[in-house]
Amino acid sequence: MNTQSNTMPESSVQSQATASPDISAARRFYWSVLRELWEIRSIYIAPLAAAAVILAGFLISTIHLAHKMRAALALSPAQQNQAIQQPYTFAEDVLMGTLLIVAVFYCLDALYGERRDRSILFWKSLPVSDLTTVLAKASIPVLILPLVTFVVTVVTQWIMALLSTVVLLGSGLSAATLWNHLPLFQMWLRLFDHLVGFHGLWYAPFYCWMLLVSAWARRVPFLWAALPPLAIGVVEKIAFNTSYFEAILRYRFAGTPDADAMDPTTHLSSVPFLISPGLWIGLVVSAAFLAVAIRLRRYHGPM
Amino acid sequence: MACIEARGLRKAYGTNIALDGINLRVEEGRIVGLIGPNGAGKTTALNAILGLTLYQGELRVLGRDPWTERDRLMREVSFIADVAVLPRWLKVSQALDYLAGVHPRFDRGKAEGFLAKTSITPGRRVRELSKGMVTQLHLALIMAIDARLLVLDEPTLGLDILYRKQFYDSLLNDYYDGNRTIVVATHQVDEIEHVLTDLVFIDRGRIVFNRSMEEVESCYLEVMVHPEKVAAARALKPIQERQGLGRSILLFEGADRQQLAGLGEVRTPSISDLFVAVMGDHVGHAQGATR
Repeated sequence: MNTQSNTMPESSVQSQATASPDISAARRFYWSVLRELWEIRSIYIAPLAAAAVILAGFLISTIHLAHKMRAALALSPAQQNQAIQQPYTFAEDVLMGTLLIVAVFYCLDALYGERRDRSILFWKSLPVSDLTTVLAKASIPVLILPLVTFVVTVVTQWIMALLSTVVLLGSGLSAATLWNHLPLFQMWLRLFDHLVGFHGLWYAPFYCWMLLVSAWARRVPFLWAALPPLAIGVVEKIAFNTSYFEAILRYRFAGTPDADAMDPTTHLSSVPFLISPGLWIGLVVSAAFLAVAIRLRRYHGPM
Repeated sequence: MACIEARGLRKAYGTNIALDGINLRVEEGRIVGLIGPNGAGKTTALNAILGLTLYQGELRVLGRDPWTERDRLMREVSFIADVAVLPRWLKVSQALDYLAGVHPRFDRGKAEGFLAKTSITPGRRVRELSKGMVTQLHLALIMAIDARLLVLDEPTLGLDILYRKQFYDSLLNDYYDGNRTIVVATHQVDEIEHVLTDLVFIDRGRIVFNRSMEEVESCYLEVMVHPEKVAAARALKPIQERQGLGRSILLFEGADRQQLAGLGEVRTPSISDLFVAVMGDHVGHAQGATR
């Protein structure tokens, strides 16, 4: 073959390579995250749809609002709190449930879908490393979804409070009781803590495990994600008649072994949570799962 | 520095050997056609060059190891696998935004210029485009990247003849500048014939033929032999003989043009005829049969 390039010294080849303006890793990461939002629109559509359902239900409930407020006035302050805040905490629960469902489906498809539709060949033809891609995908359940859920919840609760105020004023009642028992700002701080700390960081091992499986499975990633942990539990139970593995998963899912998910120690801003071994062990395990996922993405091509 | 330099490149999938010790050197500025039957190892070879598959042996692309440095390499290499790899949900405008966001050598204005010549509008999603339009889109994106090496693996598979012709025409007119290197793997040999500077045949994971087009033209000649001179022509040991239009067509390697001219009409064989001759020869030897 022609040896045209022999006339070109290597130094000019080098300078040609470095002459092109470089793109920072942060910028590649940003565009990779944006790419996920373009593809998986349920990341924001699902919370918005859930919010719409909540608001529709709440709108209907305002028919009884004046009556409920009059009845609430007769209760003790603690019961008043409970009665007035109930729809607001329920709205939080619904949106968190939506978050969990979207996160699970997202993670199981994230590195599986691109192999199934062969688009991985397109993504790999671009100068974006497997590390950047996998980290961008992991950031969706760990960071982006909790933040989206936070914003949607705040707006939803704010609309609910505003709606109630209008209805109460319209029926000649004061809205003061409502606002006195509805410390929205404190609720939002606590919610932010819970979403980012618990749903994001504390749950990270679950999400990263599912990402790993989605990078590995040739089919039905959901089963591959769910069955091995189940198998470990069964083997342990039969072999040793113990259930430590199940207890670990339960602890990871619920926060503390026998408390509900809203345990105050699982809040981002609380020092015990930030220095708890549980959080850091979880993050180390997540990092290990991600490292495997990155390697798998490098080896696996389209199916 | 060679653009691609492979020495003893091997790849096996279990017991199936996809690449059986490939030695290949591609200089910058060449347009190389990689041609072989199904399962010959074309795609595996290209995947190794692109850092998509692990290999044994030595391989350098633009001086880098593709497997460990894929993302850096892809700043200077672009690649079209086949028509089906653009994600179906992607909007044309998103493709432009994303490439402009992550690719240091992507020229958005250039891509928009190419797209303006087609009927593809920025708001369309890939799933709404026809197969031909998806290829046009992919080509517009790729041609707007100032790459040093472009790899094409069956880029026109399943397209109608208009799109196929257009594809190579725009590649030559709007992209190739004499400095870039292009490697094309395809079955559709005839339509890239006039494009290539080098020809590589691959079979069962081995390179069985590797010549520049000038060498091919000077070395291989095809003669439509006058019926009465067939015996004389056969005595010159053609590498292949076939029948066409009621005449015998004999293909010679390294024969004297003057001598052949006395036997009938002499011309340069088409790549597909050459391919059949070389492959048939290769298969024949491989099977231990004599021709």
